[in-house]
Amino acid sequence: MNSSTPAVVVDRLTKTFDDFTAVDGITLTIGQGEVVGFIGPNGAGKSTTLRMLCGLLTPTAGRATVAGYDVAREPEKVRQNIGYMSQKFSLYGDLTVRENLRFFAGIYRVRREDLASRMEFAIRMAGLEGREDVQVTTLAGGWKQRLALGCAILHRPPILFLDEPTSGVEPEARRRFWDLIHELAADGVTILVSTHYMDEAEYCNRIALINQGRLIALGTPRALKGSRLGGQLVEIACAPLGRALARISAAAGVLDAAIFGDRLHVVVSEGGLDLGGLRQILADGGIQVGEARAVSPSLEDVFVRIVARKPDVPGAAA
Amino acid sequence: MYERIAVMLMKEFIQLKRDRWAKFRLVVPLLIQMLVFGYAATFTVHHVATTVLDLDRSQASRALISRFVASARFQVVDWARNQAQVTRDVNDGRAVIALVIHAGFAKDLEDGQQAPLQVIVDGTNSNTALIALSYISQIVGLFSQHTAPTLRRTAASAAAPAVRITLAPRPWFNDDLNERWFFIPGVIGTITLLQVVSLTAFAVVREREVGTLEQIMVSPIRPVEFILGKTVPFFLIGLGDVTLVSAFGILWFRVPFIGDPLVMLVGTMLFLLAAVSLGLLLSTFSRTQQQAFALNFFFVNPLFILSGFAFPIAAMPAWLQGVTVVNPLRYFLVVIRAVFLKGVGFAALWPDLGAMALLALVMLAASVLRFHKSLD
Repeated sequence: MNSSTPAVVVDRLTKTFDDFTAVDGITLTIGQGEVVGFIGPNGAGKSTTLRMLCGLLTPTAGRATVAGYDVAREPEKVRQNIGYMSQKFSLYGDLTVRENLRFFAGIYRVRREDLASRMEFAIRMAGLEGREDVQVTTLAGGWKQRLALGCAILHRPPILFLDEPTSGVEPEARRRFWDLIHELAADGVTILVSTHYMDEAEYCNRIALINQGRLIALGTPRALKGSRLGGQLVEIACAPLGRALARISAAAGVLDAAIFGDRLHVVVSEGGLDLGGLRQILADGGIQVGEARAVSPSLEDVFVRIVARKPDVPGAAA
Repeated sequence: MYERIAVMLMKEFIQLKRDRWAKFRLVVPLLIQMLVFGYAATFTVHHVATTVLDLDRSQASRALISRFVASARFQVVDWARNQAQVTRDVNDGRAVIALVIHAGFAKDLEDGQQAPLQVIVDGTNSNTALIALSYISQIVGLFSQHTAPTLRRTAASAAAPAVRITLAPRPWFNDDLNERWFFIPGVIGTITLLQVVSLTAFAVVREREVGTLEQIMVSPIRPVEFILGKTVPFFLIGLGDVTLVSAFGILWFRVPFIGDPLVMLVGTMLFLLAAVSLGLLLSTFSRTQQQAFALNFFFVNPLFILSGFAFPIAAMPAWLQGVTVVNPLRYFLVVIRAVFLKGVGFAALWPDLGAMALLALVMLAASVLRFHKSLD
């Protein structure tokens, strides 16, 4: 893989299980050193896509190359170049930290002269100094995840596939895990990471929103937030929320509305209703209205909006 | 290649060392099964509950009955007074055998007539019944040999003495036809097979279930490396098993071992190779441990029954005999019994050794082919 070839090329990749389409014609290209996030609800097809890229599942249609090798035809070449963390924690719980690292170093045939330094690096990176001889099953979730990452990078793969690496891990440890991801990216490692935490998407260079097996949006977090909403987002504090949602959704010029905590998020078309108009509609319905202001959308707003709009999506792959 | 297999082996043995239950699981059931089989697996019948109805009450009838009383094979549990009581004894299960001597028994003997002894057998356990019947005919035969000549003389029979053929059995290799000698080697093969097949099958399926298999499959490891790393430990455990239970059979049950240990070693290694290959093959058909358990159960029982362990293969219908050809246990039982009791070597056993080698190779090749490094 020379420096100009993309790390990952996915072309109309599709996977069906019997009559269920798990991945439906996903197309995207990932450059070297990029951190790309696969964002979407559980069952959206993120894991299936990652598994196809690792050569664990054979694509039903379409193709993908990783580090320049076709995943269906040259899976072994692909495997030399990737590190993978599966969704389920999959190290040996009854082995110690050091024994797990030694095992995977052996499986990846890390050269003997590099062995000590690689293991040392993985232990330091995972912050496991002093716990080298602890059985893994006794470690807390965050440590386990970092050790799994350590095992996945022992052979210095240029590309990493991380499948929901932070699920079930406490927020502090999640934050730390993302710091590690960025350190690796700074060294030029390409990282494709899936998550269903919307806040984590903000840490990625680019994000791919995936729903029901389809890629529904792709871009930098900023670009997605800026362009994908198709209108202005307004946040209104009001009560009761249920009635307010029903009333505002029916109003002309409202593109979308959803409940966010104790507030409504309403998307109004550009040049349509203003704040006063919205207040008026709610007040006329006998709803108490508090603060109302224009806000910049979060990725969650974008995701909810795009999913609600239902795909006219070919443009999403652009 | 060696690096990967080496770390796989290291991992397996560390896991085994840490698993406190494993040490128990690997040894204790083997020894218990050995003890149970060693003592329970016998076709000899002792102290068969017997009820006696003597309606003749003669010297001859008492002489016949005393032969039964004196034999350790039978135990008289009731002296019945009438036919109804005999029926009740057998119906209630108090007695398995009823001996009825009708009035006129002694007189018939004296007259040189046929003197009938009525024997009623509870045939629900056909095996015990058959064995007990054979003891009865032995006892009655001896009785008539003893009694008849004197009776004949008193009856002044003019008939010429009949030509008599005597069968003098002389069993080879196991002079006393000691059944334990027959069973113990069979037990060694059978319980080793059960142990090794299930250990291997479960070890692979457990990794699949826990998810570690997926982690290994995304590495550049080759299927043959994984398979060797996963089977060699159980092969070694199997060797330990065979050594342990063989020593137990020889030292505790005093089964003779007159053959060549080298023949035994070669036979055992080929057999274990077939056993781990079978376990591996079963594991490629199971996604969960429950499935592996069900498959194991489905395969292992027929293997046991169709091995010649207890039921002679020659007595099976032809199609079933055909099925036994693919059963590695069948060949190993021939080898292990021959080595223990007959002391024959490679010259006599090569067809069985060859068959095991062939079966092992076919199953091993099939599992390497079936072990794709993919999840679909």
